[in-house]
Amino acid sequence: MNAWAITKRAAFYLAVLVIIFVSVFPFYYAILTSFKSGTDLFRVSYWPESFSLDNYISVLSVGSFPRNLLNSIFIASVTVLLALFLAITASFALARVRFRGRGLILMTILAVSMFPQIAVLAGLFELIRFLGIYNTPWALIFSYTIFTLPFTVWVLTTFMRDLPIEIEEAAIVDGATPWIIITKVFLPLMWPALVTTGLLAFIGAWNEFLFALTFTVSNETRTVPVAIALLSGGSQFEIPWGAIMAASVIVTVPLVILVLVFQRKIISGLTAGGVKG
Amino acid sequence: MATIEAAGTVALHRPAKRSELMLQRLAAARWFLLPMLAALMLVAGWPLMRSIWFSFTDAKLNTLYSAEWIGFGNYLRWQTLSSGAIRWRGVLADPDWWNAVWNTMRFAAVSVSLEAVLGMLVALVLNAEFKGRGLVRAAILIPWAIPTIVSAKMWQWMLNDQFGIINDVLIRLGLISQKIAWTASADTAMTAVLIVDIWKTTPFMALLILAGLQMIPRDIYEAAKVDGIHPVKVFFRVTLPLVRPALMVAIIFRVLDAMRIFDLIYVLTPNSKATKTMSVLAQENLFQFDNFAEGSTQSTLLFVIILVLTTLYIWLGKVNFDGEAK
Repeated sequence: MNAWAITKRAAFYLAVLVIIFVSVFPFYYAILTSFKSGTDLFRVSYWPESFSLDNYISVLSVGSFPRNLLNSIFIASVTVLLALFLAITASFALARVRFRGRGLILMTILAVSMFPQIAVLAGLFELIRFLGIYNTPWALIFSYTIFTLPFTVWVLTTFMRDLPIEIEEAAIVDGATPWIIITKVFLPLMWPALVTTGLLAFIGAWNEFLFALTFTVSNETRTVPVAIALLSGGSQFEIPWGAIMAASVIVTVPLVILVLVFQRKIISGLTAGGVKG
Repeated sequence: MATIEAAGTVALHRPAKRSELMLQRLAAARWFLLPMLAALMLVAGWPLMRSIWFSFTDAKLNTLYSAEWIGFGNYLRWQTLSSGAIRWRGVLADPDWWNAVWNTMRFAAVSVSLEAVLGMLVALVLNAEFKGRGLVRAAILIPWAIPTIVSAKMWQWMLNDQFGIINDVLIRLGLISQKIAWTASADTAMTAVLIVDIWKTTPFMALLILAGLQMIPRDIYEAAKVDGIHPVKVFFRVTLPLVRPALMVAIIFRVLDAMRIFDLIYVLTPNSKATKTMSVLAQENLFQFDNFAEGSTQSTLLFVIILVLTTLYIWLGKVNFDGEAK
């Protein structure tokens, strides 16, 4: 290997290291901070020097953070189940049946997922007040459908389109109705797709902020992102950074583990759906 | 991605005769679509129409039901003063609104172009074969997986003027002599927002571009190598043109996403005029300043802007929803 080739290799691996470092460092630093307490917090350090669980204890015992966690889990799960339930049959129709207006429906679905959420905020607020679900988890489950449903329909349609046609033809020959084809033939084949889509929609609902900020007002009904954004200390000028970082680590670690476990599936789902988490 | 092909639909071999089977499938399709379309009408269609309607009324937060139609007054109206001078009012004559429009545009343009360049670099690295590629891919998924609010808080702490690690590093390296109030100062607030947004969304861009890169057959590169063509030339003449469709789709998605940004700015730089975007301004008017009608007007204007951009994209990109993109 000549000198030029070695330089090129070195530059390449330097780029690799920079990418890894930049991606991981902020999260590493949040974890580091979350284990500091008292005045340690205000001394910049690059390596773990102190270890204290004070921040975790205070976040989980004082205030309504545990309640907020349960809210987030409940809301995101119900939203995803609802969206998947509505999306499975719809995506069968869109992927496997040729009918007039299909292109228009697909375009509408894509348009809704590109929607600025702020454009429906005023109308949603009125509707949610009218339905009497303001400041309850149902307000968020209701409003999150606006982005989880188009996304799940779109991704499941892409997946279902790729299922081999022979299976369906065989089922038709055996006299299966479309409903039987979905539930007995396609559904067992779709589990990986459902898990991926569900996971991505779950992350979307888990991270949502605008609707959660607008449609809930009390500490007990808030979800985790709003709770973290509004965490405050004794006074206005005393921001509890340790507690904020502990809360951040608590809500992020499960997500990071899920994402790393389902890496490949998530990447294929992302490229099929083109969404940001 | 923006195409759903017709492949995979059961092709009936006697299309002339509308068989019972086909009618049954069509009827089933109709029933299968109905709940989904009804749900979308309820959560998206109706609220959108009501929001637009509110923008033509004098609605206040507490008087939604007694709101009265006032026409285009929230958009633009004028008063003739006793001196004879004309004073323009309404959102379109409001400097705060144009400031928000400018902030949003600036943010979208800078963040998406930097993300496209950086995303391309990361994608090129990930497309090469080397030991530890899986590790890099796992690492770049971390910023993507972290909730926006959490990344805003993490970076707000790192960018803290007194105790932040960024100022500490920059001072140690001698790059700055005084600590910078990144998120609080009007000069640097937008930079801070851009840093966090680019950190968080470059992975998404990189993965979409990578999917496009992996579609390019490897033998093209082999051929170029045999012919002794310089890698830089190969990139601009071969890779870039071939990955362009994937890149364009990724950029469009990101532009539309950047145009509606709310959470990052609301949390990272609260109440900063230098970063306030259209979504933030509209939300504040709707629910904090009791200017419900004005907020509806601003959200409607943002909707119209995004609608125009999307239409342009579909029209110019000639995306065909029943077949391949041409």
